[in-house]
Amino acid sequence: MPNVILQVEDIHKNYGKLSVLKGISFQVNQGETTVIIGPSGTGKSTLLTCINQLTPPDQGRIWLEKKEITHPDTDINIIRSSIGMVFQHFNLFTHLSVLDNVRLGLLVVKKIPRNEATEMSMEKLNQVGLGDKINAYPAELSGGQQQRVSIARALAMNPKLILFDEPTSALDPELIGEVLNVMTKLAENGMTMLVVSHEMGFARAVANDIIFMEKGVIVEEGKPDVMFQHSENPRTQEFLHKITELYGGKA
Amino acid sequence: MSFLTLAWEILPKLLQGTIVTIELTLIAILIGFFIGIPVAMGRVYGNKFIYVLCTFFVEIIRGTPLLTQLFILYFGLPSVGIMLSPFTAAYIGIGINSGAYQAEYFRGAIQSVKREQLIAAYSIGMNQMQAIRHIILPQMLRLVIPSWSNELIYLVKYSSMAYMIQAPEIMSQGRAIASRTYRTFEVFIVIALIYLVLVSILSKFLDRIERKVRIPGL
Repeated sequence: MPNVILQVEDIHKNYGKLSVLKGISFQVNQGETTVIIGPSGTGKSTLLTCINQLTPPDQGRIWLEKKEITHPDTDINIIRSSIGMVFQHFNLFTHLSVLDNVRLGLLVVKKIPRNEATEMSMEKLNQVGLGDKINAYPAELSGGQQQRVSIARALAMNPKLILFDEPTSALDPELIGEVLNVMTKLAENGMTMLVVSHEMGFARAVANDIIFMEKGVIVEEGKPDVMFQHSENPRTQEFLHKITELYGGKA
Repeated sequence: MSFLTLAWEILPKLLQGTIVTIELTLIAILIGFFIGIPVAMGRVYGNKFIYVLCTFFVEIIRGTPLLTQLFILYFGLPSVGIMLSPFTAAYIGIGINSGAYQAEYFRGAIQSVKREQLIAAYSIGMNQMQAIRHIILPQMLRLVIPSWSNELIYLVKYSSMAYMIQAPEIMSQGRAIASRTYRTFEVFIVIALIYLVLVSILSKFLDRIERKVRIPGL
């Protein structure tokens, strides 16, 4: 039996009369990468922010390993420090150097001594190939570099799971590769990842599991080769056909 | 007596007044700073009660003239048994007044820090206090410098209101000298020049700070 890291059960989220998530359930196993695909406005990003409670769901339960995130007694800050999040627009702290962006959580949230925190941050920055940029500021970096800093920031907290919210959608095409490479390496090294993305090439090559979401529900879920080649759902077929035409993505 | 001789003669007395003006301005701007930050925080992050309280404070202070506020402190408070020296009444009054304006500058600066950074801070497990302390405050203090510089320069000049409650700042010194020498025109020209020098030094200084703390690449 694989070890379940994330268990999501019947999540509902409404904004006023608009119901964005209508009962989402799935699970993510340790060391596996799950990619969520689907048309925009389908609630994929909302689902991610429901998981770390940046947007608390209206209904449903979520567990991180044995701990119920949605339980009212759970200390959400502790949970968040063990779920990394990488954003579409990087969301780096603009007033801090690259090193400080990565180190701040270790110092402030985990209260790790400065020397040790610096060492850990350097290790993660080297891992994403930015060991030589530690004194730069976010505004001095390219989008791809900024996104790699934000991956290092998530990694530094030693998370059980990292959520990626369209990590390459805001990047120029020639910068997408460097970010996907880092993510692919993470997956190979056994990081558990839940990725919302339109990168079909990445999904096909790296995902253990693909979830196709539309209009707030999961339409279909399965292994990449099944989804890409033998999907029986006409909506999945249509979407994959369209998106592959648009983004390329021969794996 | 030529203008220069007169200027030279009255300068020591005027410089005494200048020192009071500087003290008054610095104490008042600091009081305003320490009122302004919590009031701004209250208006952005406070619950309904705190928001209303802080908004009420800002509106009352901004809605009434500084001079009226000084008169209430200096001439009004004695009737309830609180006697303040002119200097004390002046820095309290000007400080509170500046606090309301600074609160608005700080509020604007807080709100121009991108919300996505706050979300990122929460996503690594920071609580609201930590996020404000490490993400919002350092950026707010940088962003507020231009408008805060304006406030400081404004205060240097508006501290002259303290003259109306007999605080011994530069204007009251000037007034005394003018009525003694009957050289009103020259005396106030010298005073204007002193203010000008004071403000120029301050704006150079603030400019330098702004450049020093600028975030690279932004």
